[in-house]
Amino acid sequence: MASSLRSNPIVLVLFLEMCFTLISSSLAISHSSGDGYTIHGRVKIPSIGSKGYGLPGKISNIKVILNGGHKITFLRPDGFFSFHNVPAGTHLIEVAAIGYFFSPVRVDVSARNPGKVQAALTENRRGLNEFVLEPLSEEQYYEIREPFSIMSVVKSPMGLMVGFMLIVVFLMPKLVENMDPEEMRRAQEEMRNQGVPSIANLLPGAGRSN
Amino acid sequence: MAMAIRAFLLLFVLFLSSMKPSFSLYEDQVGLMDWHQKYIGKVKQAVFHTQKTGRKRVVVSTEENVIASLDLRHGDIFWRHVLGSDDAIDGIDIALGKYVITLSSNGSILRAWNLPDGQMVWESSLQGIKPSKSISSVPANLKVDKDNVILVFGKGGLHAVSSIDGEVLWKKDFVAESVEVQQIFQPLGSDVVYAVGSDASSQFHVYQINVKNGELLRHNAATFPGGFSGELVLVSTDILVGLDSATRSNLVTINFRDGEISFQQTYVSNLVGDSSGTAALLPSKLPGIFAIKTNALVIFIRVTSEGKLELVGKINDPAVFSDALLISEGHQVFALLQHGDGKIHLSVKPVHDWSSDLLKESTVMDQQWGLVHKIFINNYIRTDRSNGFRALIVMEDHSLLLLQQGEIVWRREDGLASIVDVTTSELPVEKDGVSVAKVEENLFEWLKGHMLKLKGTLMLASPEDVAAIQGMRLKSSEKSKMTRDHNGFRKLLIVLTRAGKLFALHTGDGRVVWSLLLPLLRNSEACENPTGLNIYQWQIPHHHAMDENPSVLIVGRCGRSSNAPAVLSFVDTYTGKEINSFRLTHSVVQVIPLPITDSTEQRLHLIIDVDHHAYLYPRTSEAISRFQLEFSNVYWYSVDRDNGFIKGHVLKGNCIQKLADEFCYDSKDIWSIVFPSDSEKIIAAVTRKLNEVVHTQAKVIDQDVMYKYVSKNLLFVATVPPKASGEIGTATPEESWLVVYLIDTVTGRVLHRMTHHGSQGPVHAVFSENWVVYHYFNLRAHRYEMSVVEIYDQSRADNKDVLKLVLGKHNLTSPISSYSRPEIVTKSQSYFFTHSVKAIAVTSTAKGITSKHLLIGTIGDQVLSLDKRYLDPRRSVNPTQAEREEGIIPLTDSLPIIPQSYVTHALMVEGLRGIVTIPAKLESTALVFVHGVDLFYTRIAPSRTYDSLTDDFSYALLLITIVALIGAIFVTWVLSENKELRDKWR
Repeated sequence: MASSLRSNPIVLVLFLEMCFTLISSSLAISHSSGDGYTIHGRVKIPSIGSKGYGLPGKISNIKVILNGGHKITFLRPDGFFSFHNVPAGTHLIEVAAIGYFFSPVRVDVSARNPGKVQAALTENRRGLNEFVLEPLSEEQYYEIREPFSIMSVVKSPMGLMVGFMLIVVFLMPKLVENMDPEEMRRAQEEMRNQGVPSIANLLPGAGRSN
Repeated sequence: MAMAIRAFLLLFVLFLSSMKPSFSLYEDQVGLMDWHQKYIGKVKQAVFHTQKTGRKRVVVSTEENVIASLDLRHGDIFWRHVLGSDDAIDGIDIALGKYVITLSSNGSILRAWNLPDGQMVWESSLQGIKPSKSISSVPANLKVDKDNVILVFGKGGLHAVSSIDGEVLWKKDFVAESVEVQQIFQPLGSDVVYAVGSDASSQFHVYQINVKNGELLRHNAATFPGGFSGELVLVSTDILVGLDSATRSNLVTINFRDGEISFQQTYVSNLVGDSSGTAALLPSKLPGIFAIKTNALVIFIRVTSEGKLELVGKINDPAVFSDALLISEGHQVFALLQHGDGKIHLSVKPVHDWSSDLLKESTVMDQQWGLVHKIFINNYIRTDRSNGFRALIVMEDHSLLLLQQGEIVWRREDGLASIVDVTTSELPVEKDGVSVAKVEENLFEWLKGHMLKLKGTLMLASPEDVAAIQGMRLKSSEKSKMTRDHNGFRKLLIVLTRAGKLFALHTGDGRVVWSLLLPLLRNSEACENPTGLNIYQWQIPHHHAMDENPSVLIVGRCGRSSNAPAVLSFVDTYTGKEINSFRLTHSVVQVIPLPITDSTEQRLHLIIDVDHHAYLYPRTSEAISRFQLEFSNVYWYSVDRDNGFIKGHVLKGNCIQKLADEFCYDSKDIWSIVFPSDSEKIIAAVTRKLNEVVHTQAKVIDQDVMYKYVSKNLLFVATVPPKASGEIGTATPEESWLVVYLIDTVTGRVLHRMTHHGSQGPVHAVFSENWVVYHYFNLRAHRYEMSVVEIYDQSRADNKDVLKLVLGKHNLTSPISSYSRPEIVTKSQSYFFTHSVKAIAVTSTAKGITSKHLLIGTIGDQVLSLDKRYLDPRRSVNPTQAEREEGIIPLTDSLPIIPQSYVTHALMVEGLRGIVTIPAKLESTALVFVHGVDLFYTRIAPSRTYDSLTDDFSYALLLITIVALIGAIFVTWVLSENKELRDKWR
């Protein structure tokens, strides 16, 4: 979880700059002759971006979903995707990728002025200048096993048992030493009279409190 | 009192365990209690790719809209993509030897996938206005250096698409001519594309188009009176064969050589002899030959170069044949497959020579696999340079198998990709106790295993040890035993698939214990297009009738419409054998399992037909006598989504029919709720699970007791205006609203109504105890929302007064009836939720004590486990100290998505459709089964396993501690003795 919260604003800014220089002409919506518009976009995952398309196994399994499953498309090797025949209106685009958390994107396709793009992440209401979708965070599905530590053993039930035992064995006699010798003798005598097993002699304090 | 203390203790435990994601897994725990199976569905089309040395594979498209590349050696999936639900695949092919081309969505989307890894290379949308049949054609003579054109007919036009980047090179529209194009083809080595088809006025058209630029070279038309019925089959590059639509017994050969179109008619009976009735043309791709099917025969007919028809061969009907396969220059073969005495007989014949066989093999087939539905063949060169053949076969139960040299090389159970309904069954009780010898034999192994585990815990294990530990945990024989276990983790999942096959899956490892192709759900003369509907638990023996095996009831119908006659089948879940089956005369629209069982623990069921008659099953006099006692207490409701009303029904008396049937009852309507059709359309109706257990009837809120309104007769209904019932983006916030109702299904009283302005569906809801949670889309915020409604009973609120309780003036003992007017209070709250949702379920446990978790199947095909406490209507920004102690989480506007709480962890259940939760015997644990194209099973403990030790509990550490403690006792004893002695000497 801690690692997933490490959203890297620096990389993101750098990245947006890079996009401006590389694909500044990437228009998001284009009008087409058919019965709707086409939404073009791009999914960028920083680790894939830095290595070109070094992780083809991963990028090929990413799905881009329009309006809750009405249309599903896949990514091209460069991360681009497009939806065809989309009617004018406000739409929702989601990216399903194992290992990454993407915010759904609200996309307004305007009928009045075609070509105008309005896209915003719905999670943080951040507008997008370029239609480039990036994961908000990485998702770690497993707990990280904590390395072996003495504390974990001590805290376990068995550890507590042993700890208690040690305290009784080594600390109690010390406490007993500070007691009044007369009182102690009396207690020991009492105990001998009762015929308590000899091990209890070590624990006069405990015996007394009973 | 003891109950209360127990509950309090439990609550305390729950509270201790709170505030952590309670479902979380370490990476090395994957596979310990979960399993995941990948499927593809029934194969529609297959293309082999075996030319190159290297991996031999077959690319398939399926009815589940899956495109997959399979390993030809083992049948494993190399890669796989599940397309959208309305993106059905029309055709697949391989282009350039490295791309898989798919045409989908009725010929409007063309995609190319990289053959080795499944990466999409390009995607192209084909524009057109008219929906039409779609055909794709990848010319076989594609060479890499030439212009690589894929010809696609779709959306009423012919498109030429470059196979390198998916660019549409040219397009020829046939919309203006209103011609239904039936076939496109390109003769080998020619630059001309032929498009042939007919129009509404039974004119037959042949277009010749230049493949380079789409220029129309020639257009011929001729009239055939009456027109054709169905498809036309291309026999050679200039001859087509069709059936006339008037009699359907007249074969028409269409010859269009050199642009001249001529028709020639031949009666089927003239060719075959004694054939009576109509014939059907089977789709085929065989040069010079086509096949027709008459009542019980498949007949192969050759077309000579002059256009004459001659009979080649007749075979008995359950038979399939493959397309022609080119094995060498000018030498084409095809495979023919017939059934006979429990075997299938495969023969491979050259196309031009019917009498000779290149291959003749017989293979024994399991009866439970049914008939062969499809066959695809492929050849390979044997070591002696002769041709060998392998055949990919699709069976009736949707399984896929590869046949080579008369042996089944591999088989995939792909029917499991389309599960219709799920239920569970217990396993048999272990009869003889575990013998002591067995334990002793295993004691050493057991200790060794635990020592290894201990080493693992103390991080002392070497990599080999770690591997050994992992292997030991995964293949623990304990979890896959065929007997009932103490914790109730081992069960059988009984699933019904779309093919009409029943499977029993073991929850331990997901293996198929038995499978049964239900005879009544197979296509036959008497029952066409049978569909399986539901499974019900028919008999769960306990108490008396302990010797009986449990059984399930499968309800289906013959045909797709709701007034089709029903079929019932009863199956023993231990043996997987059908006990009994009936073809009913009446239809089925609803099945009501009654809370009554007879003396053999058979549950009584009411089946409601289209005419609102109720039929009682089992048909025994004992069932009637038991049913009569509850006769006046049977209420049910029906939801008519199309007409927008909900009706409540009650039984009236025996049917008044010509034939007296004492098991048939008439019903009458007692209430109805009609929604205005112009403003409200029902999009969801959800009720509580019948078998849900509620433990605590009351809840402490602000140091005050609130009674939950726990009624099984509550129905949650959601409606939207018809305009907003489409997908997101079609309606504006102003014209869309979502209305939710809580309706008592006995009286028809609307207990609660609430409107969400600017919201729309789809609505996914889950109803449990006294609350309902639903997921919908908020158009104003443009985000998904989840709302919760909790219902509390106000009429019992007075009972809190201790004085009244003491004086007996309480109404706790007064009977609870739906007719007494309930005074209820509802509390509700809405939260944002990030993802689209495919399914929602709630965990159910044996006694209902454990806190509930919602299981949300997201659009990314994962299942998220969300604590119900996040959906508490009482969450506020600053909870008071008392509220915090109760476990109220401070308010946030959106629900958290914690990656560790995905029960599917790093896996995806592709094509997710349903989530089923089953209580285990152990109160803390629920079993979860998720189905879609893939299957996934796991067990979860919503409040952690407070009533059992975890699997990785180290017994060895415990033993060592005990030994150490005993050792310490002796040592200290000796020391104390010595000390005492010394004291005495002093």
